[in-house]
Amino acid sequence: MTNEFVHRFIPNSSPGVREAMLKEIGLENVEQIYEEIPERLRFTGELDIPSWPVAESEVARRIKAAMNKNSTAGEFLSFLGAGCWPHYVPALCTEIIGRSEFLTAYAGSDAADFGRYQAMFEFQSMIGALLDMDLVSAPVYDGATAAGDAMHMASRATGRRQVLIPKTCSPDRLATIRNYCDPWLEIEQVDYDRQTGQINLGDLKDRVSVETAAVYIENPTYLGFIETQCEEIATIVHSKDALLIASVNPLSLGLLAPPGEYGADIACGEGQPLGMHMSFGGATLGILACKDAERFLGIMPSFLTAISTTSVSGEYAFSYHTLPDRMVYSTREKARSYTGTSSWLWGISAAVYLALLGPKGIRTIGEHNMQKAYYAMELLSGIKGVRAPAFAAPHFNEFVVNFDATDTRVSEINQGLFDQGILGGKNLSGEFPDLGQSALYCVTETHDQDGIHRLVEALKNIVD
Amino acid sequence: MTVESLTLAKRQEYEQTETGYHAVRWHEPVIYELSRQGFANEVVSEPEEGIRDRVGDVTLHIPDKVRRKAPPDLPQLSEPEIMRHYLRLSQQTFGFDSGISLGLGTCTMKYSPKLNDQLVALPKFSELHPLQPENTIQGILQIMYELGNWLCELSGMDEFSFQPRGGSHGVYANACIMRAYHRSRGDMKRDEVITSAVSHPCNAGCPSAAGFKVIQLFPDKETGDIGVDALKAAVSERTAGLMITTPYDTGVFDSQIGEYIRLVHEVGGLVSLDQANFNGVMTRLRAGDVGADLMHFNLHKTFSTPHGSCGPGTGAIGVKKELKRFLPVPVLEFDGYAYRLNYDFPDSIGKIGSFYGVAMNAVKAYAWIMSLGAEGLRQAAEWAVINNNYLIKKLVAIRGIDIAWPNRRKLQEARFTLKQMREETGVGTSDFNLRVTDYGIQSYFTSHEPVIVPEPVTPEASDSVSRADLDRFVEVFRRVSDEAYKNPEIVKTAPHRSVIHKTDEEPLYDASKTIVTWKAYREKHD
Repeated sequence: MTNEFVHRFIPNSSPGVREAMLKEIGLENVEQIYEEIPERLRFTGELDIPSWPVAESEVARRIKAAMNKNSTAGEFLSFLGAGCWPHYVPALCTEIIGRSEFLTAYAGSDAADFGRYQAMFEFQSMIGALLDMDLVSAPVYDGATAAGDAMHMASRATGRRQVLIPKTCSPDRLATIRNYCDPWLEIEQVDYDRQTGQINLGDLKDRVSVETAAVYIENPTYLGFIETQCEEIATIVHSKDALLIASVNPLSLGLLAPPGEYGADIACGEGQPLGMHMSFGGATLGILACKDAERFLGIMPSFLTAISTTSVSGEYAFSYHTLPDRMVYSTREKARSYTGTSSWLWGISAAVYLALLGPKGIRTIGEHNMQKAYYAMELLSGIKGVRAPAFAAPHFNEFVVNFDATDTRVSEINQGLFDQGILGGKNLSGEFPDLGQSALYCVTETHDQDGIHRLVEALKNIVD
Repeated sequence: MTVESLTLAKRQEYEQTETGYHAVRWHEPVIYELSRQGFANEVVSEPEEGIRDRVGDVTLHIPDKVRRKAPPDLPQLSEPEIMRHYLRLSQQTFGFDSGISLGLGTCTMKYSPKLNDQLVALPKFSELHPLQPENTIQGILQIMYELGNWLCELSGMDEFSFQPRGGSHGVYANACIMRAYHRSRGDMKRDEVITSAVSHPCNAGCPSAAGFKVIQLFPDKETGDIGVDALKAAVSERTAGLMITTPYDTGVFDSQIGEYIRLVHEVGGLVSLDQANFNGVMTRLRAGDVGADLMHFNLHKTFSTPHGSCGPGTGAIGVKKELKRFLPVPVLEFDGYAYRLNYDFPDSIGKIGSFYGVAMNAVKAYAWIMSLGAEGLRQAAEWAVINNNYLIKKLVAIRGIDIAWPNRRKLQEARFTLKQMREETGVGTSDFNLRVTDYGIQSYFTSHEPVIVPEPVTPEASDSVSRADLDRFVEVFRRVSDEAYKNPEIVKTAPHRSVIHKTDEEPLYDASKTIVTWKAYREKHD
């Protein structure tokens, strides 16, 4: 049978190659290979997928046409954050992760893929410096799954089952954590102070016991404020030999104390602010690290890139750390955690970003975010009936705005803003009924003064 | 044996032995060694004066006890230096685009069309926030919805979710759905999941992580199948389900899979197929048609969204309609007029990760399927199996190389063994694997654990390789085999022409010597 199907992605599809290769194999046709699949299992029907190949130009046209139905946050004046934040992505980040070698590599040996292993070791080194932690994982899936990994590690390290999580944690993140921890861990939630948002230390003390594996805190929290009682929390947690897990925004760590300094035993977090576009929430990077390398090395479930030497003096080598029984690849049916293809490309982007910023830049960008957030809070709080921030606490680049005294619902406000080309903050009234009519606003270096003024003017008009 | 034990003259001789390739060798320092105190790049400008004047020193709002005292030890170097550093690291990385990568079995290394990368770099995609109002994201939802429909067609399933961010993550999601299904029926006694030892490790590990006791069945020595008898002995009223890879990494299509599915269903269990190895059976086998209740595809493998040095990936999970209510939320729906993200599924497992997964991979997979069309998908699968069978034919002709389960024809890949070579020359698969990279091809995948086939070699020739690539790959294997028989030392001291020489493995195994950050390294060596 002559096969005349030629396709630009299939090098062997030129005329004559199939016949020649089948002949070499000693077969008449490819069906002889597919006979391995029992006949009754083989699919022979028609697929309801467009039948024929589409040329590149037409693929580009069709997908752009679909994309053009989107109006992006970038086209609006947007104040959405809540786990996916708008930040400037330096051109160098895009350039380097666009390098075809990084983009298309996967799982080659340490010699053949030397560069990606070294890049991962450097990522781990920079994240370690940022967090003040010595054992740093290669990237895991995202901030939510990293929190789940951290809790399993704490439970294995302590032999205990209970994890305490503040009630200010995002319901979506909590849902992911619940899946990760089921059925190994019991999750209890700790109350917070309605005025300041801070963890209720009395409630925490009451709940922490010798059953507690870990207390998980966020800093800054999902609701944007900074948890200032970290040391006190660490003391309470450690008094029962439980562990403290801190989930951080890495971009805040030029200003905020590193978790390793205030007594966190395990740190986790979402690395998307480190040089990744929002990309519909897809470009995430889970950060996972521990203070005490010796204690946690054997139970970290994810990839670790270790430095080594080679048989030739003066050469570095970088490779997977392969302690038996650490990862699912060897634990298999005994596994309690698992890992796999995760998000290394973003790890490279994050490393480039941190190298560009350096110790000074990471502080400057944090300050910049805070300055604009404070500016916005100050102007917003000048609007009658608007409380910004809703919590009396320091904030980083997100804050809750409360509209209770305006007699206007957040859904109405956001619709009003939308009509003026503004995406208001995430509506929290469903997630946190306790907070009344509130929304989570995000202000970063991507916002300018005029934009903040526009928001304020628009809100004034809506709530007046 | 290491290079160190060689005389300098021998080492030079081996380095100069022509292989047709020499890797770029920059001796690139660790980025911290390039760092200069006090250097800073201006990446982001300061806020406007009006803002600064109004808010003053905002850092004073941070109480002393949570304020950073010492700046983090990040590298300090200029933009051109950073560019050069990473460009060199990229040159020292062997991507699919760099050359022959068909050794990496189970990875389905294939060409990732550049258009697809460029489409998701457009602001129309990259600046989408996941929480925008639905009427502003109809374009991306349409793409994801239509991709879901196409994957339903390819799999015979009824609903898809792209939330899991990798293959293992997808298998874990399916294990969670299995758990939720049995719980919803009050069927709490079902605490066992059956898998096979030649399925991917996550098929055993993920149900275990989800709280199931896992029974692992081994392939028959003659057929490579796990066999109906073994499965019959394993199923019971405690069986929650079967989680199994098909075809296996051994390239064997378990001919009795239909029977296993029937047996598991008979006792009330569910069946989840891991279709990471879908490439060769694409358009020929539909998980749903053969009775699977759940399954997953790896969009970063079969569907060409690049592997990204180890992610971002997507484990797209497909389920039958009876299980739709357990899918992670939101579930994407279309009412004929608009696309919407539906969170109203009280029985849902909730969330398995942030937002909607790696949406860019959905766009790329969509573009890839569109580029091929149904006929192209069929052809791509055929080429994968033809290329692999061509490779098998050529490799088994090489001295010291045999194939496992030789009486079975293989689909997308095959497992070979260097057992004989090891016995005759002392060269085993780890030595062999280091030497092939000296010839300018990517290293190969050996095997997941448990290692059932000794001295394993598992290449996979996808639809993207040419006959010339296959011939070159075979030629390299033949050359290295010759070396093993004539001068095993050159193989056992390899690599000689790769980026680095043989890695000292002790720090990778011995916990007391393991170092994963530059700070810890300096502390140990200063």
